[in-house]
Amino acid sequence: MSLSDVTMSPAGGAAAARSSALLSVRGVKTYYGNIIALKGVDLDVHEGEIVTLIGANGAGKSTLMMTIFGNPRAREGTITYAGRDITRLPTHEIARLNMAQSPEGRRIFPRMTVFENLQMGAAVNGFAHFDEDLERVCKMFPRLKERLQQRGGTLSGGEQQMLAIARALMSRPRLLLLDEPSLGLAPLIVRQIFSVIRELNEKDGMTIFLVEQNAYHALKLAHRAYVMVTGTITMSGTGRELLENPQVQAAYLEGGRH
Amino acid sequence: MNAPQPTTATMTQQRPAPANGDFTTALKDAGLATLVTFGLSIPILSFRTDQSQANELYLRPRWGLVLVACALVFALRFVLRLYGVRWAAARQVARSRKEAIRTTTEKPRGLAHRLLALAVPVFLGVALAFPLLSYFAAGGLTESRYWVDLGILILTYVMLGWGLNIVVGLAGLLDLGYVAFYAVGAYSYALLSTTFGLSFWICLPVAGILAAFWGILLGFPVLRLRGDYLAIVTLAFGEIIRLVLINWVELTNGGAGITSIPRVSFFGVPFTNEEGGFASLFGLEFSPMHRVIFLYYLILGLALLTNFVTLRLRRLPVGRAWEALREDEIACRSLGINTRNTKLTAFALGAMFGGIAGSFFAVRQGFVSPESFNFLESATILAIVVLGGMGSQVGVAVAAVLMVGGPEMLRNLGFLKAVFGEGFDPNEYRLLLFGLAMVAMMVWRPRGLISHREPSVALGVRKAISGALVKEGHG
Ligand SMILES: Nc1ncnc2c1ncn2[C@@H]1O[C@H](COP(=O)(O)OP(=O)(O)O)[C@@H](O)[C@H]1O
Ligand SMILES: [Mg+2]
Repeated sequence: MSLSDVTMSPAGGAAAARSSALLSVRGVKTYYGNIIALKGVDLDVHEGEIVTLIGANGAGKSTLMMTIFGNPRAREGTITYAGRDITRLPTHEIARLNMAQSPEGRRIFPRMTVFENLQMGAAVNGFAHFDEDLERVCKMFPRLKERLQQRGGTLSGGEQQMLAIARALMSRPRLLLLDEPSLGLAPLIVRQIFSVIRELNEKDGMTIFLVEQNAYHALKLAHRAYVMVTGTITMSGTGRELLENPQVQAAYLEGGRH
Repeated sequence: MNAPQPTTATMTQQRPAPANGDFTTALKDAGLATLVTFGLSIPILSFRTDQSQANELYLRPRWGLVLVACALVFALRFVLRLYGVRWAAARQVARSRKEAIRTTTEKPRGLAHRLLALAVPVFLGVALAFPLLSYFAAGGLTESRYWVDLGILILTYVMLGWGLNIVVGLAGLLDLGYVAFYAVGAYSYALLSTTFGLSFWICLPVAGILAAFWGILLGFPVLRLRGDYLAIVTLAFGEIIRLVLINWVELTNGGAGITSIPRVSFFGVPFTNEEGGFASLFGLEFSPMHRVIFLYYLILGLALLTNFVTLRLRRLPVGRAWEALREDEIACRSLGINTRNTKLTAFALGAMFGGIAGSFFAVRQGFVSPESFNFLESATILAIVVLGGMGSQVGVAVAAVLMVGGPEMLRNLGFLKAVFGEGFDPNEYRLLLFGLAMVAMMVWRPRGLISHREPSVALGVRKAISGALVKEGHG
């Protein structure tokens, strides 16, 4: 796909001017051995925004998310978070900067109970508001509340996804990274998860970076969006602009309105 | 979402219908198994090497034994084949039905659960009263020595199992060289006491600290390794320590070992038959058994300390982090856990308990040599942890009793002689039985004797726990 003419960064003009960049990725190149996975990515997430990154399988979306978290590390370029260069920081220290993720494949702890999984999420800020946050995520995901003493591995896919998000929320992150939260889930649960994301953003003002293949839902939800093709950002704009863009429609929305 | 709820109808359809063909297939199958047994018994069972009067080796045929073995295999295989299949199918139905109920009603308190809860006080009671029990059973203090010695041996392995359990069971780091820390502890005490004349009570913590230091030393290079690779490196580490002990003759006296290591004292009071000794101080008649019984309670205390520390740590973030590390290292890191420090604490703590057990070993034997710290020891301790169910404290204790006490019991099975003939020594078959036990475990309890993992926090006590967690750092 060629570089599109709708490229308008920083998109959303007025909104972007109002807020500062919380996360900014500049010229990031990531390699797996000798194979280049990110070929120089530029991307901004502003405070209070939902930014989504869409792209086909193997485009490098998850790689970007993990690179932000320092694993794998960017070989070139810089990643700045809250005014601080985090490019060379170890993963666990990045996590302590109030950034949380729900990674690809969920990565919950299968032999530990739901409750213990949530505890692991709260460890990073020293269990400061544990009880309060537990109540909050239970209200958000009533399914989890019923299953607090069940092992993580025995949850259904959708419940595991909820747990992964809830676990990330337990640290009260300023920036939440979500990698394909809708993957493999029934439409009803997808809608539920997307409404939780919207609520987190609108009510709590949480900044969210959302990686999705489910482009229709993601673009409808996001303030701004980027499209990634084989390790490069090819388009960016407001969610609405990309939703109406014919190239995006052809590539990512064909019959995708579920 | 939940476990599928099997209806009885579908499950019964899956059950193989008993047919007439069953009988002949079972017969064939049993015949085949017997043939295999026969083939195997030619090199293993059928000849025994004996020494004649003239000190020459000769082969004594034992075809009777082979016949018995073949007959046994045939009968067992035949019966299993004929009824086993149906029995297994029926059990499968029962089990999946039970699971369906459990997940829907969420009632985890089964019979096994209650037994487990009962097991702890029973074990503890028996362990505490064991010298007394063996005194009455054997009918005298001196006569009970064999049993108390066996108890000491078992408890040493319980402690080693619990120590290794921190590394393998909780943190999920496969360590095949655990015996190295046992050796470090033993030699620490042996050398410190013989060269500097330090007392056991000073050497005990020092040995623990030294072993922990070696644990960290091993931990650093293997931080990035997992699974098989980690196993190989730790295996090599265990061998290296042993080879150093053999070859550094100036320090360790090589293969001859270190002798006349000072015996344990009752907190400074020696167990001797003199004025001022333990017996005279307490107005008792002197008996060497006093020292043995003291050693028994010493190792019991040390083992319980290991258990107590482990249980406490499991409730703290560092313990929780060990378990999380075992499950998913990458997830741990992105939750802010310093995986390096977490691994190193597991290695260090496991090694420390190994070292303490080692110095106990040295003070008990009064003699150490590299012989005692070979790979088979590591394998035995690891087997105890794995059989016990990887992380279950009670399971490890049960497994230690079975693994150490079981072979010992073989000695006493005199009645087998009546079956297999006078020359039969059950002790010769301990490795064979060990193998059989392993296979049986793999078939029936692939996750260990006690695979149930008790959640370290129950919901009822949430408030208290979360408060206790606040002050602790993480990772
Ligand atoms: N651990 C890895 N080792 C080597 N190559 C990888 C690894 N992870 C991802 N890749 C490759 O990097 C590219 C981007 O993958 P990924 O970021 O997972 O894509 P996406 O999340 O967009 O589907 C793919 O070509 C994939 O094969
Ligand atoms: Mg991906």
